[in-house]
Amino acid sequence: MASKVIHAYYDDDDVLMHAVKKVKAAKHHIEEVYCPFPVHGLDKAMGLAPTRIAITSFIYGCLGLTVATVMMNYIMIEDWPQDIGGKPSFSYIENMPAFVPIMFELTVFFAAHLMVITFYLRSRLWPFKEAENPDVRTTDDHFVMEVEIHDNENELWDLLRNTGAVEINISEKNSH
Amino acid sequence: MASHYEAPIRKPLVVGDKGYHDVSVDIAAPVEGRANKHWWIVFSISLAAFLWGVGCILYTISTGIGTWGLNKTVGWAWDITNFVWWVGIGHAGTLISAVLLLFRQKWRMAINRSAEAMTIFSVVQAGLFPIIHMGRPWLGYWVLPIPNQFGSLWVNFNSPLLWDVFAISTYLSVSLVFWWTGLLPDFAMIRDRAVKPFQKKIYSLLSFGWTGRAKDWQRFEEVSLVLAGLATPLVLSVHTIVSFDFATSVIPGWHTTIFPPYFVAGAIFSGFAMVNTLLIIMRKVCHLEAYITVQHIELMNIVIMLTGSIVGCAYITELFMAWYSGVEYEQYAFLNRATGPYWWAYWSMMTCNVFSPQFMWFKKLRTSIMFSFFISIVVNIGMWFERFVIIVTSLHRDYLPSSWTMFSPTFVDIGIFVGTIGFFFVLFLLYARTFPVIAQAEVKSILKSSGERYKNLRDAGKPLYQINIMADDRSKPVVEKVVVKKPEADLGEKKEEVSALLGAIGVFDASKETADDLKRVKGIGPKMEETLNEIGIYTFAQVSRMTEKEYDLLDSITGSFPGRAQRDDWAGQAEKLNNKK
Repeated sequence: MASKVIHAYYDDDDVLMHAVKKVKAAKHHIEEVYCPFPVHGLDKAMGLAPTRIAITSFIYGCLGLTVATVMMNYIMIEDWPQDIGGKPSFSYIENMPAFVPIMFELTVFFAAHLMVITFYLRSRLWPFKEAENPDVRTTDDHFVMEVEIHDNENELWDLLRNTGAVEINISEKNSH
Repeated sequence: MASHYEAPIRKPLVVGDKGYHDVSVDIAAPVEGRANKHWWIVFSISLAAFLWGVGCILYTISTGIGTWGLNKTVGWAWDITNFVWWVGIGHAGTLISAVLLLFRQKWRMAINRSAEAMTIFSVVQAGLFPIIHMGRPWLGYWVLPIPNQFGSLWVNFNSPLLWDVFAISTYLSVSLVFWWTGLLPDFAMIRDRAVKPFQKKIYSLLSFGWTGRAKDWQRFEEVSLVLAGLATPLVLSVHTIVSFDFATSVIPGWHTTIFPPYFVAGAIFSGFAMVNTLLIIMRKVCHLEAYITVQHIELMNIVIMLTGSIVGCAYITELFMAWYSGVEYEQYAFLNRATGPYWWAYWSMMTCNVFSPQFMWFKKLRTSIMFSFFISIVVNIGMWFERFVIIVTSLHRDYLPSSWTMFSPTFVDIGIFVGTIGFFFVLFLLYARTFPVIAQAEVKSILKSSGERYKNLRDAGKPLYQINIMADDRSKPVVEKVVVKKPEADLGEKKEEVSALLGAIGVFDASKETADDLKRVKGIGPKMEETLNEIGIYTFAQVSRMTEKEYDLLDSITGSFPGRAQRDDWAGQAEKLNNKK
């Protein structure tokens, strides 16, 4: 589906923030903002939902802890119990102090890696992925606000021009 | 925005008149430029050392561990010393990027990228030693708990050596993804600046198609914060577990409960020293003095002083505990360290690690770049001796005086160690030429609060930004037609310079040539293009003919951004653009 969008370019994060607030106040939906660096408070101003990626990390950490416990219980207690230094391994809980380091390491391993993989997949980042930023300057010093046009080209143009945009373009956009 | 406020008493972290674009230009410069002669010399030396190390490793593996200087009393010497030394160095990166992130220390942003690179490269060196010491490295996978043909033959989860396997591999892999995730926006910046198609391809592959949407940045920041939260206990656990290799044994001098905190402090100590060693050179070679300032070096020196003092306290505690425990073996181990045949190693360690960092109490010394570099080398040496002292002096005089002996390394021991230093520098030098060595996206995010340009504006009571309403040019056709204007009156007084400049680069003939979009040259904005047009410069061909003399002429005519054209290499860029036309 191709739709027409308007791209407003800004060269300052503060100007961008003011612009975002103005555009939101005028009840327009901001499709996207491309930034060269994280602008604090932008997500809130745009009305983006908070990210839940930290929660996934917690769940992955719990998974890691479970994997470590199940693995060591099977290997050290059930499959081949040994008597090391007069401390027979007949019960996981009694032998747990020696297993704490691996329980910790696997918790961190799972929490970190699976969270990063989740992030890469959700934000569509992987090798050979084509970048989708509308202009090469958005990784340097320009911010681009993208607003979809619904027969209100002139109104949007005036609004964006008055927010201090340094350049305004209209282009066709193919949604993936 | 209120969040850009920073107390005026804080010194700027980015010095000079730097805006967002200047940061991109400065950080992309080492990647886009060519390697100079010094780089090739240092790289060749490192490569030679690395190849020598590879030779020694192959000799060890094909002949056996007998090629090392080990004997039946000292069965563990340089290999484990080097392992612990490299792992220790590998602690600073995560400490800077994770712990300092949690403490919201802005100064970490200029140094975290290189510190993390150093971490990864040094952990790679560390990992080599246990693998070589296995004797049959192709069976290295036996350290993993995988089902096998031997029935119920499992690894021993009660062993600190196995904990080490898990700790080091978790640490290496988590540091790697932490580093790479932070690199994505910076690779994207280089990708979008790249002119040559090959570079563009490589950097778009490396940047994983980073686009910089608001949602991506929101997730990016959350992921960085959670990774920092995970990496902080992780980095502390790694050296704790390395110290367990010794502390859980029953060898006098090793069997000490102070080992975990003492090893962690020592690791941070040696890691910061190595960061100082590398960055003091790199800021000079890559012209990054505006980002890695003397203040950064001073702050690292303070960390070195603090952790060095903790290490000193630990040494004294060890001595006290040996005396207070009343255990003769323990007492002898420490007496032997300080006064036995290895006294020189012990006192080198004491001098380098406890005495030398104390100079950093003096502001003059800790803000001196030469002195900081010297101390960082001294600390690196001292920390190697610390591990050597702990390991060899505890072993060489064991419970049976008839088996007392000394350890002397063979050329293979030395070769492998030197080889890992070479390997480390090979990796670091390649990194410094191909990676964005400063986390530029993060630096840009603190530029308004901590950059000198914006601090000066704030001090002068001027606004940090202005909302300028652009001209309403909707009616204009899409393909702009350049209207050739006569040089304006205000340039009239500089007529001589203008004619000298045009004489050198050629006059634009509106009837034969068409004007180029000069804005495609990095560093030329709409304003500068207008000025150039006023002078009579319209084409890439004209810009490409500019040399130093013409740059100077241009600067004297325009009076704005002196040196800018030369820094951005307008002529070189214009030539490429002209050829592509």
